[in-house]
Amino acid sequence: MTADTQQQASPANAVVLQILMGVLALGALLATAFSPDPLFRLQGWIFLGAFVVACGVLTIGIANGQFQNDQGKYEDGVVRAGVIATLFWAAVGMLVGVVIASQLAWPRIFYFPDFGWLNFGRLRPLHTSGVVFAFGGNALLCTSFYVVQRTCRARLAGGLAPWFVFWGYQLFIALAAIGYLAGITEGREYAEPEWIADIWLTVVWVAYLLVFLGTIWKRKEPHIYVANWFYLAMIVTVAMLHIVNNISLPISFLNHKSYSAFAGVQDALTQWWYGHNAVGFFLTAGFLAIMYYFVPKRAERPVYSYRLSIVHFWSLIFIYIWAGPHHLHYTALPQWTQTLGMTFSVMLWMPSWGGMINGLMTLSGAWDKLRTDPVIRMMTVAIAFYGMSTFEGPLMSIRTVNALSHYTDWTIGHVHSGALGWVGFISFGAIYCLVPWLWKKERMYSNTLIEWHFWIATIGILLYIAAMWVSGIMEGLMWREYTPQGFLAYSFVETVAAKHIENVIRVIGGLMYLSGTLIMVVNVWKTIAMPSSVRQVESSGPAAALSAQA
Amino acid sequence: MWKQHGKLERHSLLLVLGILVVVAIGGLVEITPLFFLESTIEKVDGMRPYTPLEQAGRDIYVREGCYLCHSQMIRPLRDEVERYGHYSLAAESMYDHPFQWGSKRTGPDLARVGGKYSDAWHVAHLTDPRSVVPESVMPPYAFLAKKELDESDIQLKLAALTRVGVPYTKADIANAKADLEAQADATASGTGLHQRYGAKVIQRDYDGNPDKITEMDALIAYLQMLGGLVDFRTYKAESPENMR
Repeated sequence: MTADTQQQASPANAVVLQILMGVLALGALLATAFSPDPLFRLQGWIFLGAFVVACGVLTIGIANGQFQNDQGKYEDGVVRAGVIATLFWAAVGMLVGVVIASQLAWPRIFYFPDFGWLNFGRLRPLHTSGVVFAFGGNALLCTSFYVVQRTCRARLAGGLAPWFVFWGYQLFIALAAIGYLAGITEGREYAEPEWIADIWLTVVWVAYLLVFLGTIWKRKEPHIYVANWFYLAMIVTVAMLHIVNNISLPISFLNHKSYSAFAGVQDALTQWWYGHNAVGFFLTAGFLAIMYYFVPKRAERPVYSYRLSIVHFWSLIFIYIWAGPHHLHYTALPQWTQTLGMTFSVMLWMPSWGGMINGLMTLSGAWDKLRTDPVIRMMTVAIAFYGMSTFEGPLMSIRTVNALSHYTDWTIGHVHSGALGWVGFISFGAIYCLVPWLWKKERMYSNTLIEWHFWIATIGILLYIAAMWVSGIMEGLMWREYTPQGFLAYSFVETVAAKHIENVIRVIGGLMYLSGTLIMVVNVWKTIAMPSSVRQVESSGPAAALSAQA
Repeated sequence: MWKQHGKLERHSLLLVLGILVVVAIGGLVEITPLFFLESTIEKVDGMRPYTPLEQAGRDIYVREGCYLCHSQMIRPLRDEVERYGHYSLAAESMYDHPFQWGSKRTGPDLARVGGKYSDAWHVAHLTDPRSVVPESVMPPYAFLAKKELDESDIQLKLAALTRVGVPYTKADIANAKADLEAQADATASGTGLHQRYGAKVIQRDYDGNPDKITEMDALIAYLQMLGGLVDFRTYKAESPENMR
């Protein structure tokens, strides 16, 4: 498609979107009016509000002749919005994490008998979804939209479609988050949103895939860059996982509640096939894509090995899918499935470290930057945490180790070394790169603040995971401790009481990590407020001569 | 081989197709056999669908996120079997939509909590956990005792569960509301309820408040029947078909 036809097509697709929003608003209004279920009406109001606002904004925009689609320029507005959303949800998700950690440390202070919606059981999904899907998801959205444009030298496809994906995703987050507090949940870990939010996410996700693929189809580079393989694998596989795991039957089409199509043992394996690959594809493949673009770019070195990236890409996505059953060792799941899951989990160590080596060795010839550039240091430490937790994971998936570690805080520590160390730090590194590029500044407002962020957050992670190792292994050992007479040595609640100090240390570690994030928010705020540099750091459109290929 | 890979790098749809094939295999090999292999779920005596009141209680259990701190899956390890009872069977969750095995024990396993404590203990514990277990870190659920149970959609719930495979009969669905109310009232006639769900169904006023049926009634009804359905006198754990 030529630039000219695109420019004319753009307002048309705005009008289509406007009409769609109007129709959806009407639908939401009717559904809300006719539903006898208060929780369904709550979801209806959220939908209605979002669609009405969207319709209004589109109407004003169309009237003022906005939404022109200049093919000579990159669509960076949606990336900027994504950076801000990433920071916002990082702060919210981590704050909720500190709150629920405090509830476990000081239950007498942090529970409110009259406010059931602030109980641990409702806040915990808010924390996990807030960090994984809201913070992590927005980081993936905005970096993928940035990277695919630069590596294809093409503006994002679909006119307003990227904005639909962005705001549609925020609507999904709002539905899920408010729903959790109100008690709307499917009761499946990391897949808690109910059927109507699930359907909405499916629509948004398909639009995301089309925007991403559409941009690749417009590319002016013959080859699809390695980061985009990982983004594509993430988008495609998450779609598959989300749809299969959320097959459920609403009790009525005007009721929020649904029952999963599968029961018991089949339901359990489907859920952990989903759950483990939410880690494998959302939190690993997607963030490896970030690594493959931002580390070479920032270090100004080429990716260490092209062949290694091919081998570890295909082996990683093939093997990850099998690893789910290690969440169900010694359960009522048939043992052959457990053994398969364990075998592949141990094998997974190799492709994971392939990615780590490819990331770390990209720094060869630029190791001195670890000293001088805190952003490089942050991303390097992220890769190191990735290596650490992808070693710990296979270890914990061995049945005999799992007999001790399962059901304990060790698992929580493992998740956080991956989430805080790997996902958090690689995203922060990318954001520190992106903000000056996107807002046309020469550099971040303050390097010292980045140093503070790095050190506070790193010490916070170490406190957190060390506390969870201690409490997890301790409670696991206490549960199986026998007296010389052959009785169980401890009642369950004694093992709860024994963890108090570790729970407090976890709060401190989490608070430090949150403080680091808030420092970053201030730093980004100040950077955006700085006067723009004359010398633009990054070429601003596909028309520019230089490709941004790393 | 490396040159061949260039094709995938130049054709996005080939790349997408390749990814789809590669990521589909693991799930197909591991998950689909579970729907067909008869040995996946043990043959046992005693399993039955939940009564309407128990199912309503289970929905509250799901709503409050109890599964985030309590597992319902006892592993065949010496300490667990001694602490919680017979290890869990796949058959015991065959009517569970969704399953609630859990992944974390911030609190103890609940797979066989039924009958371990009195109703009054449960009311006191749920209202203020630290009044009976001082070291507990569990949130308080006092509001359950004040909130009347919403019975209006219980028929819809049973009907939906039937469509996903729970063997409720037409009579079960038609009488769902009556059965629910009968089970929470020790003085009501329980003939129909016991006819449909068996003589072992516990019928009493769980929360100690006869004036209304609360969410507390439903949740405790669910907790008190957990793990007690399968008849372990007739279950032969060592027989070849049960060695999986």
